[in-house]
Amino acid sequence: MSVSPAVPSTHASRPQRGWYKRNEIAITPWLFLLPAMIFFAVYVIIPIGQSFWISLHEWDGLGEKTWVGTANYERLLGWGDANVDRKFSVSFWNNLKWLVLYLLAIPAGLFIALFLNQTVTGIRFYKSMFFFPFVISQVVVGLVFSWFYLPREGLLNAILGFFGAGPINVLGDPTLATYGIIAAGLWPQTAYCMILYLTGLNAVDPEQVEAARLDGAKGHKMLWYVILPQLKPATFIAFVVTIIGALRSFDLISVMTNGGPFGSTRVLSFYMFEESLSEFGFRMGYGAAIAVVLFFIMLGFITYFLYAMYQDEKGAH
Amino acid sequence: MFPTPLAKTSRTWQISYQVLLPVMLIIWLLPLIAVANFSIKPESDFVNGNYWGIPSSFEAFSNYGRVFFESNMPRYLWNSLFITIPTVIGAVALSAMAGFALGVYKFKGNLLIFFIFIAGNFVPFQILMVPVRDLTLSLNLYDTKTGLVLFHIAFQTGFCTLFMRNFIRALPFPLIEAARVEGIAEWKIFLYVVLPLMKPALAALAVLIFTFIWNDYFWAVVLTQGPDAQPVTAGITEFNSQFRAAYHLMSAGSIVAALPPVAMFFLMQKHFIAGLTLGAVK
Repeated sequence: MSVSPAVPSTHASRPQRGWYKRNEIAITPWLFLLPAMIFFAVYVIIPIGQSFWISLHEWDGLGEKTWVGTANYERLLGWGDANVDRKFSVSFWNNLKWLVLYLLAIPAGLFIALFLNQTVTGIRFYKSMFFFPFVISQVVVGLVFSWFYLPREGLLNAILGFFGAGPINVLGDPTLATYGIIAAGLWPQTAYCMILYLTGLNAVDPEQVEAARLDGAKGHKMLWYVILPQLKPATFIAFVVTIIGALRSFDLISVMTNGGPFGSTRVLSFYMFEESLSEFGFRMGYGAAIAVVLFFIMLGFITYFLYAMYQDEKGAH
Repeated sequence: MFPTPLAKTSRTWQISYQVLLPVMLIIWLLPLIAVANFSIKPESDFVNGNYWGIPSSFEAFSNYGRVFFESNMPRYLWNSLFITIPTVIGAVALSAMAGFALGVYKFKGNLLIFFIFIAGNFVPFQILMVPVRDLTLSLNLYDTKTGLVLFHIAFQTGFCTLFMRNFIRALPFPLIEAARVEGIAEWKIFLYVVLPLMKPALAALAVLIFTFIWNDYFWAVVLTQGPDAQPVTAGITEFNSQFRAAYHLMSAGSIVAALPPVAMFFLMQKHFIAGLTLGAVK
C-alpha cells in the first residue's frame, strides 16, 4: 500500500456522473427517434385511426359529425337490404384489373433487363434511356398518353391506320378506357422493374452460370433453374412496388379520364377522392369508409410483405 | 453472365442486336418523342393536321417562351422548388437520426417501431386524406407550401428510415464500439463517426425524395389550390384548361415540368439507382 505511486486515483476523484451520462446508451436512441416518431404519428399513424372513426359518421368536413354507425359500410357493400353501391363495385373490379395487369410489369421488366444485360458500347446510355419513363411525373405520363390515344390525331391511331386497322377511341370507350390507363401505367412501372432486374443480374454468380453451361443448360432452362432463383430478392421488391403502385393508382386516372367515361375508369382511390372532395358536396364519412376498405385490401399485402421481411431479419441474426 | 455475352454469340445476332437496340429504344420512348416533337411545332401544324410529321418550322423558342412569360408556369416551378427542397432536408435529417437509433441500439420495441415505419410507408394515401386535410386546415396551413412540406416530411420519413436503418446496419459496427471505448458521447458518434460514412445513403435518398416530391400530384390537389402554393404537377392540369387543345404549349409545359427530376436523375444516376434498388441484391 505504501509503495503505491503518487498518481491521483481517477476513479475516486471523478465527480459523480450525471443521470444522463449514466443512462446514455438507453436514452440516446429515444432522443434520436423522437422527432421522426412524432411526425410519423401525427401525420400517418393517428390519421389511420381517425379515418376509421370518421367512416362511422356522416360529415361534410366542416360542421358537426353525425354518428351513423355502420350505415356507410352498409350502403357501400350492400349489407342488409341495400344494394351494393354500383360505383363502388365498378371501382373494386377496376382495382382488381389494375392489380392483375400491373403485374405484367414484372415479366416485361425482366425481358428488357435480359435484353439490355450486355456489355457493348453505349449500353449505359441505353439503360438510362429505358429507365427514363419512371423519372417523369405520372401527371406528365398521363398527358403524354392522352395525346397518344387521341381519337383522330393520336399517334396510336396513326400507327393502327398504317396497318389498316382502327381508328379506336381508347379513352372514350368505357370498355377500353381502364386498359388504356393501365397500359400507360405499365410504362413507368416496367422501367422500374427493369432497373431492379438489371441490378439483380449484375450480382448473379458467374461461376454458377458457367457450371450450368458446362452441364448443358441454356436458354429458358438456364433462366428458370439458375438465374431466376438468384433474382429472388429483385422479384420480391418488384412484386411489392408493383402491388402498391397498382392499389395507389390515382394520378393517371385523374389526369387521363377523371373517372370517365360514365365512371368506367374509377378505382377505389379515385372514388374515395371524388366522394370526399367533389363539387357535389363533401361526403367525408362515406369517403373514409371507401378508404378503410382500400386500406384493408392493402393491409393483406402489407402483412405478407412484413412477414417476409421479418423472416429475413430473423435469418440475419 | 446471363444471357450469353454478345462476344460469344453468332455474327448475325451481334449485328441484329446492334440494330435492335436503337429501334427498341425509339419504340419505347415513342410517346415522349412525339411530345418533344409537339413542343417545337408551330400552331399551324396542328390546324393543318400535321401532328406527327416533321415540324414545318422550328418554334421551340416561341413555344417555350410563351410557357415562361404568358402563364403561371414560373410560379408553379418556384412553388415546387420551395416544397421539394425543405422536404428533402427534413425527411433526410429525421430519418438519418431514426435510422441511427434503430440500426445501432438494442432496445425493447426496436423491431416493432421499425416495422411501423415500413408499414406506414405502404399505406394507401386515401386513408390519410380526410384527417390530414382536416389537420392542415385547423393549423391554418391549407393552401400553403408549409402544409405540404410538413406532411411530405412525415410520410417520406417512413421509407427513408427503412433505407437509413438498413444502410447503418451494414456499416462496420466495431467502429462505433471503438468510439465508445474512447468515451465519445453517443450524439458525437452519430455526428462524427456514422454520418460521414452515410454520405452515399444521404445522396441516394436526397435524389429519390426530390423526384418523389416533385412528382407528387395527389397531395398537391388535396392540400392546395391555385397558383399561390400549388406545385407544377397540379399547375399543369390548370394549364390544361388555359391552353386547351394548344398541344404545342401544353407539350412544352409538360417538358418543363418534367425536367428537374430528369436532370437530377442524369446528374446523380448512380445514387438514384442505388436508392431504388435497395435490397434487390442480397
